[in-house]
Amino acid sequence: MSSIEVNNLNVWFDDKQALKGVNMTIPEKGITAIIGPSGCGKSTFIRSINRMNDIIPSCRVQGQILVDGKDLYGPGVDVTQVRKNIGMVFQRPNPFPKSIYENIAYAPRIHGTRDKKKLGEIVERCLRRAALWDEVKDRLDKSAYDLSGGQQQRLCIARALSIDPEIVLFDEPCSALDPIATAKIEDLLEELKDDYTVVIVTHNMQQAARVADRTAFFYLGELIEFGDTSQLFERPENELTENYITGRMG
Amino acid sequence: MNMLSRSAKEKLYFGLFRACGALVVLTLVVIVAYMLVGSLPVLSLDFLTEPPRGANARGGILTPLVGTIYLMIIVFAFAIPIGVLSAVYLAEYQGKGRGARFWSIVVSNLAGVPSIVYGLLGLGLFVTFAGLGRSLIASGLTLAILALPIVISAAREAIQAIPPSLREASLALGATKWQTIQHHVLPYALPGILTGVILALSRAAGETAPILLTGAAFYMSSMPDSIFSQFMALPYHVYAVATQTMAGMNGSPVVYGAAIVLLLLVIGMNLIAIIVRKRYREKYRW
Ligand SMILES: Nc1ncnc2c1ncn2[C@@H]1O[C@H](COP(=O)(O)OP(=O)(O)OP(=O)(O)O)[C@@H](O)[C@H]1O
Ligand SMILES: [Mg+2]
Repeated sequence: MSSIEVNNLNVWFDDKQALKGVNMTIPEKGITAIIGPSGCGKSTFIRSINRMNDIIPSCRVQGQILVDGKDLYGPGVDVTQVRKNIGMVFQRPNPFPKSIYENIAYAPRIHGTRDKKKLGEIVERCLRRAALWDEVKDRLDKSAYDLSGGQQQRLCIARALSIDPEIVLFDEPCSALDPIATAKIEDLLEELKDDYTVVIVTHNMQQAARVADRTAFFYLGELIEFGDTSQLFERPENELTENYITGRMG
Repeated sequence: MNMLSRSAKEKLYFGLFRACGALVVLTLVVIVAYMLVGSLPVLSLDFLTEPPRGANARGGILTPLVGTIYLMIIVFAFAIPIGVLSAVYLAEYQGKGRGARFWSIVVSNLAGVPSIVYGLLGLGLFVTFAGLGRSLIASGLTLAILALPIVISAAREAIQAIPPSLREASLALGATKWQTIQHHVLPYALPGILTGVILALSRAAGETAPILLTGAAFYMSSMPDSIFSQFMALPYHVYAVATQTMAGMNGSPVVYGAAIVLLLLVIGMNLIAIIVRKRYREKYRW
């Protein structure tokens, strides 16, 4: 339940600038959607929030991202600690090729929880939170790859919750799923937003309109408009935003 | 121009491919059958448990068999850790820049160096310079160097074949790079690494030139009693019996017997690799 304050964020890949002077304050809790045409920097933006861009050698980040007042890019900040407090769910379900149990128990274990009973509790709690428990409770030792795509994605959500984060980032979590699985994930997002600060990138404007409390529109690496979802979709202030949401722009 | 119809062409090429495939299988069958028939007179358990007699021309092959197994253990102990760790370094820490290309050129060139050159290197480096003398350890280390590029390139390929999304999943949970390698990259790459290891061991098991220069003996009345003593080894034993004894030159069954044991050793290692690989594929699959 942390707020995220982004100050003048610039990101480059080699000498190509992917984000240009982004300023944005995401309040705690609730769902914030990021929309915009392909290549506008949505993924780059949310990957800056948990410093996943650090693993791309050509990537350079400048600016500040304050979570609860602390700069994630400040000197002496431990990247693994940053990521430990921020969960992330990716576009394609990417469970580990291990058992369902192992998928959830992995992170708590590497962060120091050894006790079997405790781990079991964490696994159950996370799977319940991700609305997957009833479907998998009898086969926790089976491979995560035996699950359907939608179940795998909910497993990945449960895994992201296993580190007990305050913020959870979703990068187009439904783009590889069918409508029914998508609806389940959307219900789940509603459940999570009271306890977590949720940021979700989506290509699907209806999805943003359905689930998000606030929506941000990015275009060519710049934040064009950010506001309440209803306001942004019904009375956009910027012409670019209007063109995009009315479908006059890719 | 086009005298054959497309379907006739299809049949022709398919037949050709099938014939080539059959030829490969046939070659293996012929090799094994030829060795088997030649070695029939000596094939028995005694052949494995008795040392050579009569200036190598008679008796069993216990001494060279044990020598070869010792060599494999040394190769395994040195080439695997060094090879796998350098593969991890190349695949995970070098990235894809100029440095990485330089390294991959070095590794593939090393794989092409003739084995006699490794023998000379071992002679200079281990036997003379390091003062190990002509010994089991000098030969084992020489073979380990020879096996290294095979291990490295197989392990590196296996590591690079792991989807980046799995690494990202681990890193995003706050795992360090090393934890990610240790808990995900290496276990998932293990089947591929293992294949390379077995290939490398098989290659090393059959080499004659490097051990000839660094410690293999024509004949020894006893087993090597330490890693610093000389030893007999199967490939050299085959060579020695076949070229240096009257019986051998007349097609002694000992030659074929030693050769088929070497062959079975290699095939056995490959079988173990297949079984372990299958087990792991069931455990980790993506
Ligand atoms: N690893 C990378 N190396 C080089 N350039 C990159 C890399 N990742 C992203 N970019 C560039 O940065 C810009 C923004 O990419 P990003 O992935 O953030 O867009 P996106 O809005 O998420 O697009 P999409 O909707 O297609 O996922 C693009 O121009 C892209 O080419
Ligand atoms: Mg994207």
